[in-house]
Amino acid sequence: MSRVLMKGNDAIGAGAIAANCRYYYGYPITPQNEIGEYMSSEMPKAGGVFIQAESEVAAINMVYGTSATGARVMTSSSGPGISLKMEGISYIAAAELPCVIVNIMRGGPGLGNIAPSQSDYFQATKGGGHGDYRLIVLAPSSVQEIYDFTRQAFYLADKYRIPAIILGDGFLGQMMEVVELADSAKDDEYARIPEKPWAITGCKGREKNIVNTLLIEPDTLEKHNWKLKDKYQQIAENEKRADLYRVDDAEILVAAFGISARISKEAVDMARDEGIKVGLIRPITLWPFPDHVFKNLDSVKGILTVEMNTGQMIEDVRLSVEGKIPVEFYGRTGGNLPDSTAIFEEIKRMGGM
Amino acid sequence: MSTVLKKTRSLEDTKLHYCPGCSHGIVHRLVCEVIDEMEMREQTVGIAPVGCSVFLDAYFDFDIIQAAHGRAPAVATGVKRALPENLVFTYQGDGDLASIGMSEMVHAAARGERITIIFINNTNYGMTGGQMAPTTLEQQVTTTTPAGRDTRLAGFPIQVPELLSSLPGAVYLSRVSAHNPKNINKAKKSIRKAFQAQMDGLGFSLVEILSTCPTNWRMNPVQSIQWLEENMMEIYPLGELKSVEGVS
Repeated sequence: MSRVLMKGNDAIGAGAIAANCRYYYGYPITPQNEIGEYMSSEMPKAGGVFIQAESEVAAINMVYGTSATGARVMTSSSGPGISLKMEGISYIAAAELPCVIVNIMRGGPGLGNIAPSQSDYFQATKGGGHGDYRLIVLAPSSVQEIYDFTRQAFYLADKYRIPAIILGDGFLGQMMEVVELADSAKDDEYARIPEKPWAITGCKGREKNIVNTLLIEPDTLEKHNWKLKDKYQQIAENEKRADLYRVDDAEILVAAFGISARISKEAVDMARDEGIKVGLIRPITLWPFPDHVFKNLDSVKGILTVEMNTGQMIEDVRLSVEGKIPVEFYGRTGGNLPDSTAIFEEIKRMGGM
Repeated sequence: MSTVLKKTRSLEDTKLHYCPGCSHGIVHRLVCEVIDEMEMREQTVGIAPVGCSVFLDAYFDFDIIQAAHGRAPAVATGVKRALPENLVFTYQGDGDLASIGMSEMVHAAARGERITIIFINNTNYGMTGGQMAPTTLEQQVTTTTPAGRDTRLAGFPIQVPELLSSLPGAVYLSRVSAHNPKNINKAKKSIRKAFQAQMDGLGFSLVEILSTCPTNWRMNPVQSIQWLEENMMEIYPLGELKSVEGVS
C-alpha cells in the first residue's frame, strides 16, 4: 500500500488502470482535462489504448465497441459533453454492456461555466438518454473515494452488465489529497475481470454473438424492458450505500452528496457544539438511491437537503420520507459553494434557535 | 463430378427482408464470399448501421454489433483497438455514413484506423421511405425533394471516396457498382482488396457500391438498373480513387 499526493482527476485515471481498464476514449472539456492527459501518458505504459476522439459522440461509441469485446473501458467528460454522450449511453444500457463514465460536473444549463456544480443529478440518476433505463451512480466526496469508487465502478459494471457513472464535480476533480493506492500484487476483486461469454471476439469455436438494441417486435422489446427492470431491482436491493454521521439521536438531518456533504459535515459539527441534535446523511449511490436510511426516523423533525443546484436530490429525499418529515432546501449554483456557516444558520433556524 | 458453386458459409440460410431488385442481397453475398475466401469468418466482426441493413445480424453468420445511426466507424474503432487481429468492417448506407455519420467516418479515416467501410449508395434514405440523402442527385425527386433536389436550397451530392482521398490514413478508396455481373465481379475484387489492406495493417479502406432502390425510386428493377447506369455513374464515376503502394 503506497500513499501519494494526488489530484482528483488523476486519481480517476489511476483507479481505472488499477481496475485493469486498458481503454480510454475522451474529448477535452474543462474541468476534467487532467483525466485525458493522465490517460494519454499512463495508458501506453500499462499496455493500454488512449484515443483523443473527434467528439464526445465518437468517444462513447468507441466505448460501446470496446465494451462489446469484453475489455474494461472508460470515458470521461463534464456536463455538456455528457449530454452529447447520452445517445450512446442509452445504447450501452440497452445492450447491457459494462463501462465506466465519469462526469466531473460544471455549471449549467447550456455552456454554463467551468466552475463546479452538482446540477447533473437528474441527468445521471433518472436515465438521461432516451428510453427506460438506469445507471449505477457513485458520488465520491474525497480524492481517496474517487480512486476507490472508480475501481468499484468497474466491478459493479461487470457484475450487472451496466454502465456505471462516477459523479464528481470540479472541486473534487481539481483538489489534491493523499491517496492510499491499492496493492497491485494483492488479489483484488475489483481488478479481476469476469468471464464474458457474450463478448464479441470473432466466433471461433462457438455460435456467433450479437450485440443489438433493435427489438422490432413489441412483445420482444417489452420482455427485454422487464428483464432490465428486474436487473435494476436486484441492484437496488444489493447496492444502496450511504454514509451516516451523528444521526443516532438526531432531530434534524442534513442530506447532501459529494463535496456538499463534506461542507455540510462541518456545519453539523458547529451545530452539535451549540447543542443542536443534528446529523448528516450522505448518499454514496445516487442510483440506486439509499431510501432505506430515510425510513423509521421517528425522532427527526426536519431534513435539510444541501446541493450545488436549485434542488434535485431533494426530490428523492422527499420520495424516501413519503411525506412523513418536512424536507427543506439550501443550495448554491453557478459555481458557488454552499458555505458551512450558511448551512449552520439554516440548521439553527430549523432547530428554532 | 466437381463442385462449381457451393453455399456461402458466412451467409445465413434465410429469407432477406429487402425489396425485389434491391442491391443489398448481392452485396451481402459478396462480403460473405470474400470473408470465406480469406478464411476469416471466425475472426470477423461486422458493425451494422441504422437503415435498411440494420438487420445484418440475421444474415451474417459471424459476430455482429448493431450501432447507433452514423456511429459505426467509432464503434468499429473501439472493436479494432481491442481486437487488432480481427477483420472489422462497417456496412453503412448513404444517410448513415455521409450525413449523420460524416464526422465518425472522416476521423476514422484520418486516424488511419485499420477498418473497412462497405458503403451502399442508393441516393436516398431507404428505410424511412425515400427521403433525400446527401448522395441524392441534382433534380432527383425524393419524398423530401418533391420538385427535385434544388442545389440552391438542398446542396449538392457528396462524393465520399473523393472527399476522403486527401487523408493519408485512407489507403484504399474505390467506387464500384452492383448492377450487372461484370461490375459485381469487380465489386467483389475491390472488397477483397479493401479487407486485405486492413489485414495487412496499411490503414483505412472504403468501398462505395452504387446500388438500386426500385421501391423508393418508384421503378421496376429493370428500370432502376437503367437509371443507375444513365444517371448515377456520371456523378459517381467507378474506379479506384486511391490505392497506396502495398495494396493488393
